[in-house]
Amino acid sequence: MSSPTFEFALLEQQLPGGSVRLVEAATGDSWIELKSHALRQACQILRDHQDCQFNVLSDLTAVDWFSPAGKKPVIADPRFEVVYHLLSLSRRQTLTLKVILPRPGGDELSKDAELPEIPSIADLWLAANWHEREAFDMFGIRFKGHPDLRRILCPEDWEGYPLRKDYEFPLEYHGIRGR
Amino acid sequence: MPQFADQRIIELDVRTDEMLVNMGPQHPSTHGVLRLVLRTDGEIVHEVIPHLGYLHRCAEKIGEHLAPPQWVPYTDRMDYLAAMNMNLGFSLTVEKLMSQVAPPKAQLIRVFVAELNRIASHLLGMGAYGLDLGSFTPFLYGFREREIILDLLEEVCGARLTYSYVTPGGVTHDLPEAIPIPPGLAMLTGRPAGATISWVDAVILFLDWLGPRIDDYHTLLTENHIFVQRTAGLGVLTREKAISYGCSGPVLRGSGVEFDLRRHGDKIYTSLYEKFEFDIPTAPFRNAPREVIVGDNWCRFYVRMLEVTQSMRILRQAADLWTIGGVSQDPAGHKVPYRLTTKLPAAEVYLETECPRGQMGFYVIGNGAAEPLRTRAKSSSFCNLSVISELCQGVLLADIPSIAGSLDIVMGEIDR
Repeated sequence: MSSPTFEFALLEQQLPGGSVRLVEAATGDSWIELKSHALRQACQILRDHQDCQFNVLSDLTAVDWFSPAGKKPVIADPRFEVVYHLLSLSRRQTLTLKVILPRPGGDELSKDAELPEIPSIADLWLAANWHEREAFDMFGIRFKGHPDLRRILCPEDWEGYPLRKDYEFPLEYHGIRGR
Repeated sequence: MPQFADQRIIELDVRTDEMLVNMGPQHPSTHGVLRLVLRTDGEIVHEVIPHLGYLHRCAEKIGEHLAPPQWVPYTDRMDYLAAMNMNLGFSLTVEKLMSQVAPPKAQLIRVFVAELNRIASHLLGMGAYGLDLGSFTPFLYGFREREIILDLLEEVCGARLTYSYVTPGGVTHDLPEAIPIPPGLAMLTGRPAGATISWVDAVILFLDWLGPRIDDYHTLLTENHIFVQRTAGLGVLTREKAISYGCSGPVLRGSGVEFDLRRHGDKIYTSLYEKFEFDIPTAPFRNAPREVIVGDNWCRFYVRMLEVTQSMRILRQAADLWTIGGVSQDPAGHKVPYRLTTKLPAAEVYLETECPRGQMGFYVIGNGAAEPLRTRAKSSSFCNLSVISELCQGVLLADIPSIAGSLDIVMGEIDR
């Protein structure tokens, strides 16, 4: 994929200073990094601007960069990334957006109040509704303004967020032995 | 019959209450373990709440602990009706991350198996959809044809459903030279059973036989008055809604958006198909019955039927390329080595490919180890299913299978 320099220039011009950054990768995809407060405005521009027309949200997911001690070396700070993959049907273009979130310390059973928070874009792309629920279910990221933020793949009363790197499988669930 | 002076008494007499009805997870029309909670008033459905997650096995988590070739079998079990396409999507993603290109011979083999699998998947989708609407014959026909494709794929890789045939770097085995003609094909075409035939010739023999059968399906379903009545004008998904919901594949094209990743996707994927001529069937269709509206059940079904024909076109061209020696016939040319210890670069790649159900996306992040840091599978059925609450508002209870079936979902892909 070519580097999204055009989209970056457009966003940098329209958004408050310092909230957008272009990361050019030598191999693989390059991406645009956003501060979470600028996310909704940036998405609106990318969707509606005449020269962008990213009318499809292909994918929304999260990445946990935490590395439990004693395994592989820590490459990045413990953090979450929320990754958005956009697609423009008319321009046949794809674009990757990222928002970096702080990771709450350690324990996957942390209370809901401590969950990292990011604005929801479920009203901009209807596809984001289920994708955000999935990211909430798997990573415990709270999407502020989501119409119906419930677990989607795990049962309602499941504890913990399975795709976090420090997730531990529960010892028991409704009398069924785990582990 | 009692006479009522006041008409309102009759109305009160047949008054219905709102009721919550569970549809699935065991009902045959829910296509795997999908539970729909319906809020109904009499026969009218006011709200549909889908519940997923019955098949959830956290394949993405497992992917963080396995090297890419080891994770390929997990992609099989997501869309178990089009496993070749799933293998291909993931393998291409890893190859793109590694900046690797499969040899030309492997690319041609990939087109062969992916398109055969697409036909098999659409035939089953078509048959099962007939079954949803109460017509049993197309289901048996679809299975008869699909069986021969499974025989052919079994000759290639030994498996009938979960192939793990396309791997990073190429395909696991070369195409077989000569095979005993599959029993089903021998019976249907009148060839002597036990005769040997080259694999590519067997594919052509099958296509020659399948071609005229497509008309049977159109007689049985597409033009059938009952079928049209139960599908046309129902479950209409507008172009704008389809795009906003991220729908893909036949659902998107049935809503009138001409977009197919085999033509419009990433270079690494389109290069497989650039040699071939084929059309992208998109609604509206000129020969559609009068009742049909763009984006309804009938359009989605018809797009799949036309895609079978287009896949057959691609297969014939691929067979020509193969037999005239359009690619190197080097026996070892079907793959380049990819070891389990091969380190993935610290980079990330997101790639979507056109599976029979829509755009299947894989997202792989490497960080210098052989196992990726994150393996994400974004499934097409997940987005396609999310429109169901929208489509099923205010329809009759009996129309729910018709709408759900037209989306052609596979739950293994949704729950992953």
